Amino acid sequence: MANVNLTINGKAVSAETDDRTLLVEFIREHQGLTGTHVGCDTSQCGACLVLMDGKAIKSCSTLAAQASGSSIITIEGIATGAELHPVQRAFKENHGLQCGFCTPGMVIAAIDMIERLGPDLDEPTIRKELEGNICRCTGYHNIVKAIKAASMQMATQLEAAE
Amino acid sequence: MKAEGIGARVLRKEDNRFISGKGNYTDDVVLPRMGHAAFVRSPHAHAKVLGVNAEAALAMPGVDAVLTGHQLVADGIGNIICGWLVHSKDGSPMNMGAWRALEPEHVRFVGQAIAVVIADTPQQAKDAAAVVDVTYEELPAVVDSLAALATEAPQLHEEAPRNTSFDWELGEEQQVADAFANAAHITKLDLTNNRLVPNPMEPRAALADYNSAEEHYTLYTTSQNPHVARLVLSAFYNVAPEHKLRVIAPDVGGGFGSKIYIYPEEIVCLWASKKVGRPVKWNCDRTEAFLTDAHGRDHHSHAELAMDADNRITALRVETTANLGAYMSLFSSAVPTYLYATLLSGQYDIPAIYANVKAVYTNTTPVDAYRGAGRPEATYLVETIVDKAARELGLDPADFRSHNFIRSFPHQTPVIMNYDAGDYDATLSAAKQAANYADFATRKAEAAARGKLRGIGLSCYIEACGIAPSQAVGSLGAGVGLWESAEVRVNPVGTIEVLTGSHSHGQGHETTFAQLVAERFGLPTDNVTIVHGDTDKVQFGMGTYGSRSGAVGMSALAKALDKVEVKAKRIAAHLLEADEADITIEDGELKIVGTDKKLSFTDVSLAAYMAHNLPEGMEPGLKEGAFYDPQNFTFPAGTHVCEVEIDPATGKVEIVQFVAADDFGQIINPMIVEGQVHGGLVQGIGQALLENAAYDADGQLLSASYMDYTMPRADNVPSFKLETNSTLCPSNPLGMKGCGEAGAIGAPPAVMNAISDALGGVEVSMPATPEKVWRLAQAALPKQAAE
Repeated sequence: MANVNLTINGKAVSAETDDRTLLVEFIREHQGLTGTHVGCDTSQCGACLVLMDGKAIKSCSTLAAQASGSSIITIEGIATGAELHPVQRAFKENHGLQCGFCTPGMVIAAIDMIERLGPDLDEPTIRKELEGNICRCTGYHNIVKAIKAASMQMATQLEAAE
Repeated sequence: MKAEGIGARVLRKEDNRFISGKGNYTDDVVLPRMGHAAFVRSPHAHAKVLGVNAEAALAMPGVDAVLTGHQLVADGIGNIICGWLVHSKDGSPMNMGAWRALEPEHVRFVGQAIAVVIADTPQQAKDAAAVVDVTYEELPAVVDSLAALATEAPQLHEEAPRNTSFDWELGEEQQVADAFANAAHITKLDLTNNRLVPNPMEPRAALADYNSAEEHYTLYTTSQNPHVARLVLSAFYNVAPEHKLRVIAPDVGGGFGSKIYIYPEEIVCLWASKKVGRPVKWNCDRTEAFLTDAHGRDHHSHAELAMDADNRITALRVETTANLGAYMSLFSSAVPTYLYATLLSGQYDIPAIYANVKAVYTNTTPVDAYRGAGRPEATYLVETIVDKAARELGLDPADFRSHNFIRSFPHQTPVIMNYDAGDYDATLSAAKQAANYADFATRKAEAAARGKLRGIGLSCYIEACGIAPSQAVGSLGAGVGLWESAEVRVNPVGTIEVLTGSHSHGQGHETTFAQLVAERFGLPTDNVTIVHGDTDKVQFGMGTYGSRSGAVGMSALAKALDKVEVKAKRIAAHLLEADEADITIEDGELKIVGTDKKLSFTDVSLAAYMAHNLPEGMEPGLKEGAFYDPQNFTFPAGTHVCEVEIDPATGKVEIVQFVAADDFGQIINPMIVEGQVHGGLVQGIGQALLENAAYDADGQLLSASYMDYTMPRADNVPSFKLETNSTLCPSNPLGMKGCGEAGAIGAPPAVMNAISDALGGVEVSMPATPEKVWRLAQAALPKQAAE
């Protein structure tokens, strides 16, 4: 058994788990946070993305024990209270989702991408950066559009803040 | 146009929960005392099952039970059915091999379920399933449908000699032979439509809960049609009587056809829940999905096209062998027959067509409807042979197509369908203009200067949607009626619930169905809730597939709204002391035309439920339902233009431009329609360039994970240019045709024709992988340099 101590969406969590418990199992089954999804078992599809210490990781190929000591943000913790994150808003405004299953992972991937590469991303960069996320519904067209819109909006916000 | 009515780009109501992680998918549902199922599956493509020893598994921690096929059969659970009876050309009914939810004796594909373990956790169930000891006697396997027809091939089912389920025909063979005898030119083609795996991102799941006190079952499941599931589970599988079975399909993460069917796992979870006395959940992993979700396509065809001296098509002859897989899935017989051969006329005025289809069992996963279902196969064939004919005749492929277009409607094809409306010239010219078709030669030369091979390809597709007139499909062998139902419940305060038998698994019905209400009554869509996916709430329904939710589901809603409107006007007329004919409804108010006398929608709904002052003899309440049975199929059509550049050094195909000009009839929400087209196009491009369900000779699925099966990713595909040019469908009240499958139908031939064009007209098979294209490019380069 492993002792897992971490914070999820700002809340401290302590638990004993099987050594083999995956982070995604810990999040979904132990914590009941079902917004994080499992779409494959081979870390290909990205539906399971969460932020671990601010960086997007695949929770289906991380052990819960490995995440001990970290701060995890899941899709449920992305908005600030009732106020959606600009990426969440952009996905809605640009129809960047259909069935919604890949969406939590896509939103996390987009946030990670914008924070890592700076705002105002171009289309080839966005497409290349989405290599680790699969969507079967949208054909990516509107996901790319949404991320582009969010990145531009975040650039404007940064300028305003400066 | 009203702010949220028909034609408005209303943002989706359902998005709020999906972008914030508050969706509720089947695997998210948790019930007290829930056990978890893991299936023991055959590792062999073909084998006798000699024994199942569960002793070690039963001793594992947390294990409740191991159930086998013998127990399932002993409990009288029915065999899995095929819901569409097709007859061979000699008049005999199709030959069906028995398919049991757990197979006790004879497995016929890798992944077929043999036993199930129920344990306290999913991990414990999987651990135990791994030690269930099954003894097999391996048998030789056959995976290719043409090989399965050979006399020496391994035989799958006693019921189906030569592995043949049916040998079916459509059209007048002699008339076609006469046309070929008189042809000025004949084009011949052999082609394969590659097998695909649908791959919705949410894997299938089921959670069954038997309540022994009530003898009642609840099934949460990933279904596109929960009412069909309830009907089939009760009427054919003897799991539970219909009134004792509630099926809930909550948020469903994509379907694309693969979640139409009632699979062994759902049957077993229901049956097991009663056996073990606790709720039983099963959640599919991705490799299980590859092995057990119904696959799509897998045709081998030979086709011949006859032209007269004026380059008019006079006849088409098609021989197709369709791979059924190891068993006949729910609609597997309809896909390569009535959903395929009936579309072989394409957009062209072809006087004579004959198709012969052999449906063949192989040791592979069962094949059924996948986005487009038969229509992509027809379109790929027609649009490939038409392109080849144009090339052979030295004609521009767009001109040759246009020369043969149907221009007068209604048009009766020689293969059942009666096209009701369309304007194929309009979509062709819109697509050509958007793609700057006329100037392609300049771009080709510019690409050649950079060492790239550039090609352009067209596809003028047609499909039949709005499935379907019940009487018509009944006469062709369908085991169900294909109507839809809707109910409109106006609450006393004037808010509205719409209950629909259509099911949304990405299509955005919660928004578009609400837009119909907004259009009708001028109410905000926020005042409307769409209820679907629960057989206890929505009384009846046939579900969502074949692009039918708009043309059929919304037509049912329109009919129910008609009734609500009539009653609301009667109440308003009574209260305002006016004539019913003088009442109009706009902006949420019922007004007497030409006066300032009016009532709010809420005034009227409240009056309906207060019932203090209603017209003489009127029942209280404001709630109406309707069934709608289509009069005809609908016929979405359009032109897709794909432009590619091939790097001859690597064989990589880059799509540099893709234009789709579509005719979907009435469009409720252009934003959602565009999204449907984008998604369909990428599935079509995936088939053309990337995807292939590859089996080895022993029947092992080589591409059974995302590491082996190439799903289209964001950097494999372009952004799209979309055009719409609508002719209204005359067969339904809203004029809708449907848009869900068009992309997957039109895209593959457009891509392949572009690749063929880039390579100087050679034939290329799908998927056009870099290796294949590189070899052809090496051969094409010296030839193009010489020209």
